[in-house]
Amino acid sequence: MGRAKLPRKSTNIDMTAMCDVAFLLLSFFILTTKFKPAEAIAVTTPSSVAAKVAPDKDIVLITIDKDGKVFLTLDNEQIKEVVANSLNTTMNLGVDVKAFKKAGFFGAPFSGLASFLQIPEEKRRGDLLPGIPVKDSTDNQLNTWIRVIKDAYLGKKMNLLLKGDNASKFPAFKAVIDAFKKNDEQKFQMITNPESVPTGSELWKLTMAGEKREE
Amino acid sequence: MAEMDTSSGGGHKKGPGVKKGKKLSTRVDLTPMVDLGFLLITFFIFTTTMSQPTALKLMLPKDAENPEEQNKAKESGVITLLLGKDNTVFYYEGQLDNTASNFKSSNFSGIREVLLDKKSRTPEKDLVVVLKASSESTYKNVVDILDEMTINVLKRYALVDISKQEEELVRISVANAAAGN
Repeated sequence: MGRAKLPRKSTNIDMTAMCDVAFLLLSFFILTTKFKPAEAIAVTTPSSVAAKVAPDKDIVLITIDKDGKVFLTLDNEQIKEVVANSLNTTMNLGVDVKAFKKAGFFGAPFSGLASFLQIPEEKRRGDLLPGIPVKDSTDNQLNTWIRVIKDAYLGKKMNLLLKGDNASKFPAFKAVIDAFKKNDEQKFQMITNPESVPTGSELWKLTMAGEKREE
Repeated sequence: MAEMDTSSGGGHKKGPGVKKGKKLSTRVDLTPMVDLGFLLITFFIFTTTMSQPTALKLMLPKDAENPEEQNKAKESGVITLLLGKDNTVFYYEGQLDNTASNFKSSNFSGIREVLLDKKSRTPEKDLVVVLKASSESTYKNVVDILDEMTINVLKRYALVDISKQEEELVRISVANAAAGN
């Protein structure tokens, strides 16, 4: 009994098409990737249902890490220069203006600012630095910083941003808020991870009805 | 003597059995290339930031106005939320009784019901939520409670300082809750 011979087909697939698709996808992702600058301060931000995107221009970013240490970041180079000069004249700190402008963030008391700037950039890590002292209400240095920055901005709009770690305790947050209040800065924004609105809640019903959320 | 050395000459001559240089196949297997391609794609997918971090706006009441604001709020419409250690939340309505009998405890999942309940019982113009955080609460607690304000569409709320008495009350309640568990 002769079995019908099954026609044998070649099992080699031409991979050229697959390769084309793979490289197309790859190019898309290469072009849309924005590399974030490596964070010297590791912070896990909480999530919230807020929908507004955090601004990225003219920001004054205050970071609170999990131990309650406070760090300050400015992104405008001209403002940094003005701030450095004014700190040198008023407090006689003798900081190197160029190093100040290049610094990614500041995390030392005024007395240690000059030595902070001398540490090479790669070695400035959040867990090794003391941070700006804020806990003592009589010597809230953040107060001075914000005052100087505000003067440097000369009334132009600046975006005050606060990025706190989930585990940081309330007193550090309170001290930062007090510094804002003393400088008459009533409005500020807190950076959070986006979170979807819980279904069935009041806000959810509002958004379903198509009403614009009040920010 | 006249032997011709043909041995070397014989060496040049190609024997009939010798094969020619093999022709190499020009077909390249592209499978490893595709593997590399997908590896790179995966890397870029994970490092691309698709979602921008969002910002939660907070407006602080001016200190000078604060006492007036607190006087204006009707006692019946006020609910105070206190944030304690280990994600605990305490609340009371109106003013704190002398015996603190209206001091109740909850947690972040239960507080939404409490807020919605209060909201349904109170006319909108009287409803004010006062938020007080103790020194043991975390930043996450504060953001979560502000989030609850937004989720439940509570428009009037204020983050104020906690008094010594309330701080002590929170501390005791947290200790009691921990001991009871």
